[in-house]
Amino acid sequence: MSRPRHQTLSVLVENRSGVLARVSSLFARRGYNIISLAVAPTDDAAFSRITIVIDIETTSVEQITKQLFKLVHVVKITELDPDEAVERELLLATVAAAGPARSEVVELVGLFDGRIEDVGHAAVTVMAFGHPSRLDDLEDLLRPYGITDLQRTGRVALPRLERSAPRPRLSSLQGAS
Amino acid sequence: MKLTGAQALIKSLEMESVEVVFGLPGGCILPAYDPILDSSIRHVLVRHEQGAGHMAEGYAHVTGRPGVAMVTSGPAATNLVTPLCDAYMDSVPMVAITGQVGRPMIGTDAFQECDTVGITRSVTKHNELVMDPAELPLIIRQAFHLATTGRPGPVLVDVPKDVLQAEIDWWWPTDAELAASLPGYKPTTKGHPRQIKEAARLIAAAERPVIYAGGGLLKSRAADELRALAESEGIPVVTTLMARGVFPDDHPLCLGMPGMHGNYTAIMALQQADLLIALGTRFDDRVTGRVGDFAPGAKVVHVDIDPAELGKIRRPDVPIVGDVRLVTAAIGEALRALRDAADDGGDRPDRTPWRATISGWQERFPLHYDPHVEGDALKPQAVMQALRDAATDETILVSGVGQHQMWASQYWRFNQPYTWVNSGGLGTMGFAVPAAIGAKVGRPDRTVWAVDGDGCFQMTAQELVTASAERIPVKVAILNNAYLGMVRQWQEMFYEERYSEVYLSPDLPDFVRWAEAMGCVGIRVEHPEEVQPAIDKANAVDDRPVVIDFRTDAREKVFPMVPAGASNDEVLVHPSQAPGGERFVQ
Repeated sequence: MSRPRHQTLSVLVENRSGVLARVSSLFARRGYNIISLAVAPTDDAAFSRITIVIDIETTSVEQITKQLFKLVHVVKITELDPDEAVERELLLATVAAAGPARSEVVELVGLFDGRIEDVGHAAVTVMAFGHPSRLDDLEDLLRPYGITDLQRTGRVALPRLERSAPRPRLSSLQGAS
Repeated sequence: MKLTGAQALIKSLEMESVEVVFGLPGGCILPAYDPILDSSIRHVLVRHEQGAGHMAEGYAHVTGRPGVAMVTSGPAATNLVTPLCDAYMDSVPMVAITGQVGRPMIGTDAFQECDTVGITRSVTKHNELVMDPAELPLIIRQAFHLATTGRPGPVLVDVPKDVLQAEIDWWWPTDAELAASLPGYKPTTKGHPRQIKEAARLIAAAERPVIYAGGGLLKSRAADELRALAESEGIPVVTTLMARGVFPDDHPLCLGMPGMHGNYTAIMALQQADLLIALGTRFDDRVTGRVGDFAPGAKVVHVDIDPAELGKIRRPDVPIVGDVRLVTAAIGEALRALRDAADDGGDRPDRTPWRATISGWQERFPLHYDPHVEGDALKPQAVMQALRDAATDETILVSGVGQHQMWASQYWRFNQPYTWVNSGGLGTMGFAVPAAIGAKVGRPDRTVWAVDGDGCFQMTAQELVTASAERIPVKVAILNNAYLGMVRQWQEMFYEERYSEVYLSPDLPDFVRWAEAMGCVGIRVEHPEEVQPAIDKANAVDDRPVVIDFRTDAREKVFPMVPAGASNDEVLVHPSQAPGGERFVQ
């Protein structure tokens, strides 16, 4: 399955009502595509972090980033190149697994370091987390059994740490106009 | 000191040195209208909320101070959407205050409730719904700060009725408290020194440079710095529709307006330049024509305070984020330093051929229209020239949107900044009358002429009642060709003269009687010999508004013209200047 070329933006915003609406309506208004989006508070109650995975096939990251900066409540944006970031996502799936299929599903989920979270008469709900592409693989492998429900969180990400002496790797901008 | 939210709101406006508010009261904003009675702030009571918004814009355009509009919730707030969008597109500093239903009622579809912050989110620089009465002074201070700094624009503050009625301990945030309250807002004003040096290097080496001057120069009050830069290097200047007046039309280096209805020389100078010095401008499609063919041989130095404009349309060779006044001055200094460092300056490029090319265009393709023929209606261009000849450099000209706007920009001579007010980005028909009223309130010492179309005039003419009642003596020249003229022009040129829904009638309404009914002096002009006496009469009236209904020739088209989507190289000049007829083949 081919995925569009993407980039992850880690956006620090003021924790105020309506800030997510401002971000999402900016994307809608300017025709930018969001692949996934996750919002959560940070260690400072005054700020939240929005992790947005954007489609960069059609629009330049630079233009999206600059337009986002114009939102007064956006404090800082870090562009995370997929190769230079730790990206994680969580997957929940309910899979048809009656009879012999059940043990196959259990084994498969085990290979992906996942867990069985719920067991029904003819189905199980499985949980796995990891790199989004790994979850794509698990999803592909579970599909033949019959996925009846699927929920993924959208990815969260942080920059990869330097292993040698520091050098600038991430473009980081601050301030709006 | 205990104050009600309403008193704190009005006091906050006083703290921001607001001298006039354009507005109209209603249910939810009612509490704020009581302390207005005891305030030094003048309130201008409009007849429609859209008028309040455009008046605030007109006021801001000519004074440089933020215009303020205050209206109630629901339909009043939605009536402000057009002026907010207009101000957003043209970067006009403006603060709008809207009433909102009480906090417990929000979300219940209460009477006159609407999601004002949701509706206006994409047409404001910022907006806020005040949920904590104690925050009201801070949010008002933020609004004025945001509206007037960085790239200016409209900011809306939505205030629930019970917030206006609540009691608060009055406070006024300090500069430090203001800054701390906006952790993500830090506009860059000083340009990057290395980029400024690089810009100076390109300018010094350019053989065919042009300054592409935009409205941002007016916003940052950079007319002097622009002139110094242009004169020190002898660089010709084009002034976009939003920048008319920032560089004097009578200056030998001024080439006038470029773009879809710009003059031939300004268009071609951009097309054939080897360097564009783009100052406070955003490569609007009405200037560039087909972007891929715009100024193909030019390097670009682009200066703007909004980083998102750099590279949005055209990738600059030297992008500079900063206040265009400071950066223009800094580029001038860098050029001086460069010149001082050079031994003899002998390797300066020879710009004589470029000057000769430009003056050749100017001689060959001046603005042109065919003279009046006995028995025909008035030539609209001749009316514009007569208005101009009777005006001074201080006269403020305001226009609506359409053919009359283009003729106004083409045929007026703008020699001072802040004498031209129009709706550029949004192209809001009906802008002229209310914006002229706002301009006259801001500059009561100046004569303010609105030039309007008959279509535009009918959209907002009711504000002349406001002007009469408030004794704001603006003058309105309607170029009445009985048509939606610009649409007619497109139908004539691009739809095989199939005129669809563009005829309006010259007599319905009767503009003179309508003007008189609104307390104005009304004058009708049908013959060339009546033009001058009518203008003289209008200029002599200063106790009430004047409306002149000029009956103009509907067949007149605006030339030159770059058809929509075409390259600027395919500009159509007036047919009489193009042997073999129109040059553009679709």
